[in-house]
Amino acid sequence: MEAEQIEIAGFLAQYPPFNDLPKEAVQEVACQVEISYYRAGTDIFKFGDEIHELCVIRSGAVEIYRRNGELYNRLSEGDLFGQLGMLMNNRVRLPARTLEDSLIYFIPENVFTELCDRFESFAYFVEMDDNSRLSHAVSSQNASNDLMISKVTALFSRGPVALDESATIREAAQKMTEEGVSSLLIMRRNPEDEGPEELLAGIITDRDLRTRVVATGIDLDTSVTEVMTRNPVTLDDDAYAFEAMLTMLRYNLHHLPILDNQRPIGVLATSDIVRYESQSSLHLVSTILRQNSVEELAMLQPQVNACFVRLVNEDANSHMIGSAMSVIGRTFKQRLLELAEEKLGPPPIPYCFLALGSMARDEQLVITDQDNALILDNRYQPEKHGDYFEELAAFVSDALNTCGYSYCTGLIMATNPRWRKTRDEWEACFADWIDNPDPEALLNCSIFFDLDGVWGKTEWADQLNTYIVRKTRRSPYFLACLARNALSRTPPLGFFKSFVMEQDGQHRKSINLKRRGTAPTADLIRVHALAVGSRAQNSFERLDDVIKADILPKGRETDLRDALEFISMVRIRHQAQDLEAGREPDNRIEPEDLSDFERRNLKEAFQVLSNSQRFLKFRYPYTRK
Amino acid sequence: MSVNLSDAMDWQAFFRDQALVCDDDRLRLFYETGCVAPQTPLSETPFIALDFETTGLDADKDEIISIGAVPFDLNRIRVREARHWLLKPRRKLTEESVVIHGITHSAINEAPDLESVLGSLLEAIAGRVVVVHYRYIEREFLDAGLQRRLGEGIRFPLVDTMELEALLHRKGFSKFCNRVLGRKLTSIRLADSRSRYSLPHYAQHDALVDAIATAELLQAQIRHRYRPHTPISYLWL
Repeated sequence: MEAEQIEIAGFLAQYPPFNDLPKEAVQEVACQVEISYYRAGTDIFKFGDEIHELCVIRSGAVEIYRRNGELYNRLSEGDLFGQLGMLMNNRVRLPARTLEDSLIYFIPENVFTELCDRFESFAYFVEMDDNSRLSHAVSSQNASNDLMISKVTALFSRGPVALDESATIREAAQKMTEEGVSSLLIMRRNPEDEGPEELLAGIITDRDLRTRVVATGIDLDTSVTEVMTRNPVTLDDDAYAFEAMLTMLRYNLHHLPILDNQRPIGVLATSDIVRYESQSSLHLVSTILRQNSVEELAMLQPQVNACFVRLVNEDANSHMIGSAMSVIGRTFKQRLLELAEEKLGPPPIPYCFLALGSMARDEQLVITDQDNALILDNRYQPEKHGDYFEELAAFVSDALNTCGYSYCTGLIMATNPRWRKTRDEWEACFADWIDNPDPEALLNCSIFFDLDGVWGKTEWADQLNTYIVRKTRRSPYFLACLARNALSRTPPLGFFKSFVMEQDGQHRKSINLKRRGTAPTADLIRVHALAVGSRAQNSFERLDDVIKADILPKGRETDLRDALEFISMVRIRHQAQDLEAGREPDNRIEPEDLSDFERRNLKEAFQVLSNSQRFLKFRYPYTRK
Repeated sequence: MSVNLSDAMDWQAFFRDQALVCDDDRLRLFYETGCVAPQTPLSETPFIALDFETTGLDADKDEIISIGAVPFDLNRIRVREARHWLLKPRRKLTEESVVIHGITHSAINEAPDLESVLGSLLEAIAGRVVVVHYRYIEREFLDAGLQRRLGEGIRFPLVDTMELEALLHRKGFSKFCNRVLGRKLTSIRLADSRSRYSLPHYAQHDALVDAIATAELLQAQIRHRYRPHTPISYLWL
């Protein structure tokens, strides 16, 4: 008869994969273990040793090595090792040595095999390597959000209500009343032989009837095409609900036609999304646009934070949250520029106001400074136009600071005359950085290479972006420099209960997740994206392009995405917790504040980042200029 | 500090003698299995950690109510072969001891007498060196319990992990230092001793958990302070 092992079972049950097993199964395992104590610095296994046991660290820390003696991983309480050797002809692949005095539980092979046979979750856990486990963590974390898994087609129930473009305004209004809809699609005949017979020409909404018809007093028998929105923004039917939400946010839309092969199959209204996302971010954008002074705008700051916290609590993913916060930030800038132009009068020459860095990447969070710049028309004459743009920049910058987007300490702001350039000057400036990548140029690249036009001639921003992408792609030396620069910030090796383990073996109390995690990941992805000529700005979208270009190591393509998602979400969640607790949010994380789940997966995410950095060095070797 | 604790006794001879003179068959079998040779290196010594819970502290009056036992060697503690017995004492349980051990009256009332598990217990420890934390409990209670039941007691060599800690912290030079410096005595209780070797804290306390805890402590003590080829006679009492 076996004696009951409550202490051992209780320990095992706290950690994966045992935490998913039935209690009795864990109890059975506990009765079968063998225990051994090792002093720090003792070999538990050497390469090629025979192995017939799964090892669980009861206390202490163990280091796992590669064959070449390089450190592969550091494990602590509750971590497993040896499963790889057990699954591969019972030979140790990765030697293990204790880092601290350690107590190890050994689970015999027959028990291990039986657990794999009986419990799929157990087999899944031990057979996956660390990185695929991370992906599992990311997907199980996201699965709970409906917006993430629902297709946009699931959000609306009825087909679109449409009229031909020959209809009058009156007919359109009658049709909308009959059908009880708030929007109407206007169709025109397709002149081509291919595709559907009719194509979407425009959309008219209740709001249009109010602002463009009633308010202007236009004749109701005028063609509806006079007041409709031509070529509206649409989305394909295979899009996900969260993409629809982002699109509506980004363009401040209340109605979004959904197309199947150019044929409208429905119209998504704000109210359809609200059921899924509690309206906060969509609502906030329109509120921002309604404010009439800097003071009023500044009062919205608590709502911005509340919106962030709500998105986090609704299990939105980092791309959704980053995009929503960026759209909100962008909307502040747009409204402020409108107010500035009201105050200063219309601009003497056309310009484009640029957002840089995280906002341009759609990766903004709550604590953020303002990185911005101005592109001016080539006709710019400093003596004639200088004062206007100086005042405009100062107005926006001061107002943003008042609204919670603090001044950029590096002075990357339109108030800095260096960052108010004409279109030609900007091209020359980027050309110089790319041709002469000195340290300062490389530093600027990591900020200015993520740019987005938010106001004015936004197409200039797109054109500048195209110019940059075309030029960098042909500059291997620049890419190599940029790659080397992207390696300057390394991730830590691991997280333990009370400290962060650095690669040189040092212990630290806390770590800056932005500086050591998300920022180096964005840097790394930017290099690949520029190399494959991607024009995307968002790190996840860039990564999609990079994966399509097939330059990443086989089978490892999605690791980096999972790693970035996980690190971002830990950072985001901790900022949300700070906000909810009334603390000033920051990017620093103390391991003690992390759950076991977070600690374990962060460690794996950092390992992915570290491997990716190594690959970057190899992919973009130094070439002669 | 080198105190050889083993000089006093020729355990192998003692076992041979007892096998001839004892009356009880189970005891005879135990002694006939023999005692581990004193020169056996620690790395080859078969051990068994024992822990008793008792109704009180007086071996002459109080009784054993549970026994935890786990066989081990320097490399492995074999939890699979661990044993845990509840025993019904001949004296009634006091309320106080019930609180201490967390064992209920009904569990105790259904438990067997020490005598009926004696065969299994002696079989488990035969041929092994018994390891305890604080030898006076286990050695004296077993001896007294057997005296009362069989009219003859039992003796065997023991390794006492508490004594090993005491040698380190309470005797010789370090004791002198502590006294001169007015320091408090280092605690040599099981949990405190374990924490000095970074062994985990156990929330549960029953005879079996404590037996395993004792086995882990001895592994740690040997790994830190002795050598695998040190003879067992250097440690036993």
